[in-house]
Amino acid sequence: MAEPSKQEKTAVVDDGIDVGVSRLTEEKIQSVINSVIDNETGVRLKTYVETCIHCGLCSEACHYYLSHDKDPHYSPVGKVKQTIWEMIRKKGRVSPEFIRQAAIIAHTQCNLCKRCAQYCPFGIDIAYMMSIVRRIIHRLGVTPLYIQDTAHSHSVTMNQMWVKGDEWPDTLQWQEEEAQAEIPDLRIPLEKEGADIMYSVIAPEPKFQAQLLYQAAVIMHVAGVDWTMPASVGWDNSDMAMYTGDNEIMGRIKRAHFETAERLKVKKIVMGECGHAFRSVYDMGNRWLGWSMPPFTIVHAIEFYYDLIKAGRIQIARKFKPPVTLHDPCNVVRGAGLGEKARYVAHALCETVIEMYPNREHNYCCCAGGGVINTGPPFKMARVEGNRVKAEQLFETKTKGAEVLIAPCHNCHSGLEDIVHHYEIGLEIKFFSDIIYEVMEKPA
Amino acid sequence: MHSFYNFVSGPLAWIAFLLFIGGSIFRIGRMLVLVAQKEPFIFTYMSWRYSFRSILHWIVPFATVNWRRQPVLTVVTFAFHLCLLAVPVFLLAHAVLWEDSFGIRWWSLPDTLADTLTVIVILGAVFFLVRRITRPEVRFVTSASDYVILAIVSAPFITGFLAYHQWFAYPLMMGLHVLAGDIMLAAIPFTRLSHMIFSPFTRAYMGSEFGKVRHARDW
Amino acid sequence: MADPQSWDWETREKKIPLDAWKTEYRWVEEPYASPDGEKVAAVVNVDEGEFTVCVNGEAWGETVFDKIWHLRFSPDGRLTALVNEMGEWTMAIDGEAWENKFGYIWEPHYSADGSGIAAAVQQDMQYAMVLNGEPWETMFANMTYFALSPDGRHTAGAVQVVDVDSGEIHKFQEGTFTAALDGNAWDTRFVNVWNLAISPDGVHLAAEVRLNLYDYTIAVDGVPWDARYQTVWAPVFHPLTGGVVAPVREKGAWTLAQDGKPLWKRTFVQLWQQMFSPDGQRIAAIVAPKYGRWTVAVDGEPWPATFGKLVTDAVFSPDGRKVAALAKDGETFRVVVDGQPWSDAWDMAWKPVFGPDGKDVVAKVEKDHRYTYSLNNRVWRGTADAAWDPVFSPDGTRLLLRTVESGQYVRRVVPVSEMAG
Ligand code: SF4
Ligand code: SF4
Ligand code: SF4
Repeated sequence: MAEPSKQEKTAVVDDGIDVGVSRLTEEKIQSVINSVIDNETGVRLKTYVETCIHCGLCSEACHYYLSHDKDPHYSPVGKVKQTIWEMIRKKGRVSPEFIRQAAIIAHTQCNLCKRCAQYCPFGIDIAYMMSIVRRIIHRLGVTPLYIQDTAHSHSVTMNQMWVKGDEWPDTLQWQEEEAQAEIPDLRIPLEKEGADIMYSVIAPEPKFQAQLLYQAAVIMHVAGVDWTMPASVGWDNSDMAMYTGDNEIMGRIKRAHFETAERLKVKKIVMGECGHAFRSVYDMGNRWLGWSMPPFTIVHAIEFYYDLIKAGRIQIARKFKPPVTLHDPCNVVRGAGLGEKARYVAHALCETVIEMYPNREHNYCCCAGGGVINTGPPFKMARVEGNRVKAEQLFETKTKGAEVLIAPCHNCHSGLEDIVHHYEIGLEIKFFSDIIYEVMEKPA
Repeated sequence: MHSFYNFVSGPLAWIAFLLFIGGSIFRIGRMLVLVAQKEPFIFTYMSWRYSFRSILHWIVPFATVNWRRQPVLTVVTFAFHLCLLAVPVFLLAHAVLWEDSFGIRWWSLPDTLADTLTVIVILGAVFFLVRRITRPEVRFVTSASDYVILAIVSAPFITGFLAYHQWFAYPLMMGLHVLAGDIMLAAIPFTRLSHMIFSPFTRAYMGSEFGKVRHARDW
Repeated sequence: MADPQSWDWETREKKIPLDAWKTEYRWVEEPYASPDGEKVAAVVNVDEGEFTVCVNGEAWGETVFDKIWHLRFSPDGRLTALVNEMGEWTMAIDGEAWENKFGYIWEPHYSADGSGIAAAVQQDMQYAMVLNGEPWETMFANMTYFALSPDGRHTAGAVQVVDVDSGEIHKFQEGTFTAALDGNAWDTRFVNVWNLAISPDGVHLAAEVRLNLYDYTIAVDGVPWDARYQTVWAPVFHPLTGGVVAPVREKGAWTLAQDGKPLWKRTFVQLWQQMFSPDGQRIAAIVAPKYGRWTVAVDGEPWPATFGKLVTDAVFSPDGRKVAALAKDGETFRVVVDGQPWSDAWDMAWKPVFGPDGKDVVAKVEKDHRYTYSLNNRVWRGTADAAWDPVFSPDGTRLLLRTVESGQYVRRVVPVSEMAG
């Protein structure tokens, strides 16, 4: 493997893309593109392509564009031009090299954050068009390796991280035992049919961040919530298949998730602090399965904490001292309007909350979302350099005094970690649950 | 020359109107049929309230973040589009035609005002042209058709302006003016000018998705 | 199943106090009632890291376990749980642990008559099924889906037979999974294998398979159907003919196929959980006839009534003539019988239960955390803090109701004629 030189930044080595491209023929490309466009798209794609007046007004919505000194290749419409427009214009007759570039653009230069839809006067949904490109890339077998591997994990284990059937309940029981050292009668109730709430998480929690399960259990216990977690598949709400365009696997894992809630006879699904999982459960996976809205009320952690604090079910012993700032994750703020509730929670927990600008629906994406962080090390710099504006935004907030950055989304969390580190911003990044656990009243 | 004028303002105008109205109805109809056939789920999410909430924000100057970020463009684009609609419909000379042809009467613009509006449209077109050429992010996504539609839109105004001031051969200009108008009308449903027809729908859909499902603002 | 003929259908009411347990143990977990209603049990914590099960107030056998979970009565009335002793896991039945111990054990399965109790086990990072205490002879690198045959004598799993490291996507795409019946793996390799079904005679195994990243079909005994689909859902065997029926997706729409041939004429936005009537004559499935609307289709004909949120827990009457299910609109559930929704809406409802002649239908229901029963759309007068599914007496004239009320477990026998009053 040759070291990619600085000049040719796009010539990254990714076995998923490279091997995939090497197997392509022009006929295959053409038949796949046309089959996706003819059979899987409809009036949206057509109208978006025909209505766009090439005005470029969406450009400044995109953090990639802003971070690359307004290089038009990175503007939302610029990315569409380099991908789906060409595919449509040439009726699918594009080269394998073109497909390689399309895979890189769709998978690593767009977070599907939909900020541009708020800037286009016509509300043209560029993120949707990028998902169509990803679908084509999937059907051509050119998906970047890391995220493809994750999609495989979903297909085998119904979770994101190859967590095996035994490892999941085992981890919960281990966390339960740990937590019992602090609160002796604490339980993580497994398979408790008829509980009010099923709590679902993403696989990185049992795999790498078991303390989050611990914290959740303590919060549930203190708040006296009637909750349960499944010991079968269906516990993981994450979904990278949604981002690779493998809709069939997306549907399969969402079905497992919803049917587990059905089986456990719960009333609501509460999910951890994750943005893309929310989008998958609330907006994407359910639709593919035929549910116009999810069959169960989905409560994102932000809203759950909001409800608990508002109802006085958890009490704050002493507020969090260091000044915090709040990152609005696109998938739950632009995607579910939880911005105000996030602020309520932040103010309830912390002494000082310093706003970053822009914020709420207009916040800049972390550049990790939309599966971009899941394309792994080959594209790490693409997303770190692709989000200089985030660094500037954070830096400005830091100069106003912020010391801690709350990022209530797993992908944001990891993505911001890389940005804070690379640009040496010096902010500590926390989940809401980290802070709640720290400041809440717990049984002595 | 007279027969040319009669032709463009007579049969050709009828054809243009037919193409415009028929074409627009056809395109909207086809869009709705396509939705029903291929993406019927879209209807599930449509909401009048959120459609209009979104459309309203976007048709008011400076009511959205992006309009505020681009003050010059916002002023130009609103002035351009407003004048673009107002002049053909309310110009006195047109109002007479409206009455003659369709028996509809309405309020009309004084000629001098209409002249100013025409100039605004022409200047607006120049602004868009310059913007297209000079702004990298616009230029990058510009195709030949973008210049063509700009020409199609500005032609009736330029010719109308020239005719009104009688700077060149008036009868020829008049004929060209009407011809340009015919072309523009007929082109609306079949070129990118169709954003005039489709933008309320795309906006309404995005507005509904944002309002009803995402509980967020799309402006 | 333990013979309900022999159960006590005479005594109107029996009570077992539960509150006292709380004083005896550090904590008491949620109780479970036996099918015949004579026993109630809960996992209880004796001391730090010491657990037992309290059954009708008595401790469960001699052994105190380090951890107990997944306490359930098997259909034949034996009390089972997954237990940990000295760092090793196994299943305990009526207080007796299986002799074989494992690194981990999970997802117990019970055959309808209770004779077969199976679970997935892991030992030294190798996986297998265990049936009535005996694990397969062959272990596999991974096992993801599990099945127990209807007669309780065979087990199956989706197993990984080719090692693949994470990141080896192309090797994975060549196929590393297959299915194993009683530990004997098929020769064929698939990219994925999901949702297995074992034939009623225990000889055949069917599964959903993915042949590459895009083509799905059903494989029976390792042989995939000729037809390829955009995707498929879980297959079931015809109870008498042995044919295999599965929902399949083509051109973006779902229909039902048998042995690779279309079975139903019309297509649906969604179709799953197909089931045969007990005599095998009819098939019902949960379907979405249009986007966002759900109902039940019987032999391809959807009920006219559709529901917005969810349809679940469909069940045939014993004579196969009726179908009942639960439907959710907004946040509330209703029982629906043959397309007719009952009038009362509940915060939660449980799978409807038919009487032996199919005339009566009863379901456990709950509103505001109070549980009760609804029989033929009429609500029982009592309410409870907890309840279990109702059971009809073999002659269909009485109902066994098992509840918890004011800290007491109550076993009631109520004549069907008295239920609504
Ligand atoms: S990253 Fe966000 S703003 Fe940029 S093109 Fe993609 S969806 Fe639009
Ligand atoms: S703002 Fe909208 S119309 Fe303008 S270029 Fe972008 S997508 Fe096209
Ligand atoms: S990772 Fe976070 S900020 Fe980025 S797209 Fe997802 S939710 Fe948005």
